[in-house]
Amino acid sequence: MRNRLVKAVSVALLLLASAPAGAHHTGSTLLSDTTVTVKGVVKSWLWSNPHCLLTIEVKGADGQVVEWVMEAQAPNSIYPAGYRNNSFKPGDEVTVTANPVTNGRPYGRIESVVLPNGSKLGGEGGGRRGNAAAQ
Amino acid sequence: MAVLYRGVMVGLVGVAFGFQLNAFAQNTPAQTWPDPVPNRQAAAVKDKKPAPRRSLAGLWGSRLGNQAKGTQLRPNDGSPASELPYTPLGRQMYQAHKALEGEDAVPPAGTNDPRVTCEPLGFPRYNHYDLGARIYQDEHSVSILYNYDNRWRIIWTDGRSVPTLVDGGVEIDGQYRESRWMGYSVGKWLDDYTLEVQTVGTLPEERVWLDNTGRPISDRARITETFRRLDADTLEWSETLDDPKMYTQPWQTMKIPMILQDPRTDVLTRYCSPYEIEAYNKAYGDGASGK
Repeated sequence: MRNRLVKAVSVALLLLASAPAGAHHTGSTLLSDTTVTVKGVVKSWLWSNPHCLLTIEVKGADGQVVEWVMEAQAPNSIYPAGYRNNSFKPGDEVTVTANPVTNGRPYGRIESVVLPNGSKLGGEGGGRRGNAAAQ
Repeated sequence: MAVLYRGVMVGLVGVAFGFQLNAFAQNTPAQTWPDPVPNRQAAAVKDKKPAPRRSLAGLWGSRLGNQAKGTQLRPNDGSPASELPYTPLGRQMYQAHKALEGEDAVPPAGTNDPRVTCEPLGFPRYNHYDLGARIYQDEHSVSILYNYDNRWRIIWTDGRSVPTLVDGGVEIDGQYRESRWMGYSVGKWLDDYTLEVQTVGTLPEERVWLDNTGRPISDRARITETFRRLDADTLEWSETLDDPKMYTQPWQTMKIPMILQDPRTDVLTRYCSPYEIEAYNKAYGDGASGK
């Protein structure tokens, strides 16, 4: 896990643009106030309660691959923003913007996703400010 | 005669509900599967139609999302206005609850919210979580099917009295009955557009929470709801909680304008599944919590 953490941090430093954003989980220490943007290849997309999960493989400048797991809200919450059961398939190249967890591990809550065709899913998709439930 | 009366009443309810279906059919294609997440906004003021008399029937959406911060009128956001009038026991219970949301939230691995083990939310927490519902009526009752986890609740409107609260449950006609997840609800029409509902006999504080942020509620609670039909499109759903065991005074929890949705919607229900919760925690919750 420590190796994975080190890789995640190095990838974050090399690839990610960080920007201030509103806090989620008010009062919680789970999610950071910043956003990260990672580009990677979809490993899986789980359309499920309590949260949907997008797992992507991100290759760092050193060639090492780090697996990021990003959560979105439940299907009924993200459906209006255009997310569907078949929005992602393994092998898709996507760019994900998310609020990372504060413990430095490669987990986060999705703010938006740019699909292979350039279209963007976001808004109500995951990091819905001030209206996020962990489960 | 009683059979005839019942038949006429059922017929009237059917006609009323059928009218509602037709009203939607005029504006939308007849054969379709509408979006499974009701997201219709209220009609413009100029297009408002009068409310039907003594009818709450329909599919209602709130546009509140999952109400992560708890009760709508007094969210758990740290503002002085939202500070609740806890009794000493109420505050103790709140502090013992490790919620996933609110000012004192904990990461997923540290929660003791009964919701994450898929316990029923109990009433009135269904009013404070992902609120959306389909309401049916007949001459005896109003039935509410909450979208979240497809849970039913029945409000009796046939003139029966509200049960008397006693230790551990309620008393009805001199007989004890146990506390229940949804309590015992009795409704009375105040006028042709306003139904007032009293609920007592809900589960004790060890079993249920009031909202996502861990606010407590006890089996001594008396919940008063008002369903006020403002027009054909809008149902104002209000709730006041009187729970002297947890709070020193009654307080209003919500006043939500519910918007009428296409009744043909086959709703994408948010079920609680222990299998899916476990999968979520294994793939994300535990690691994200640093576990």
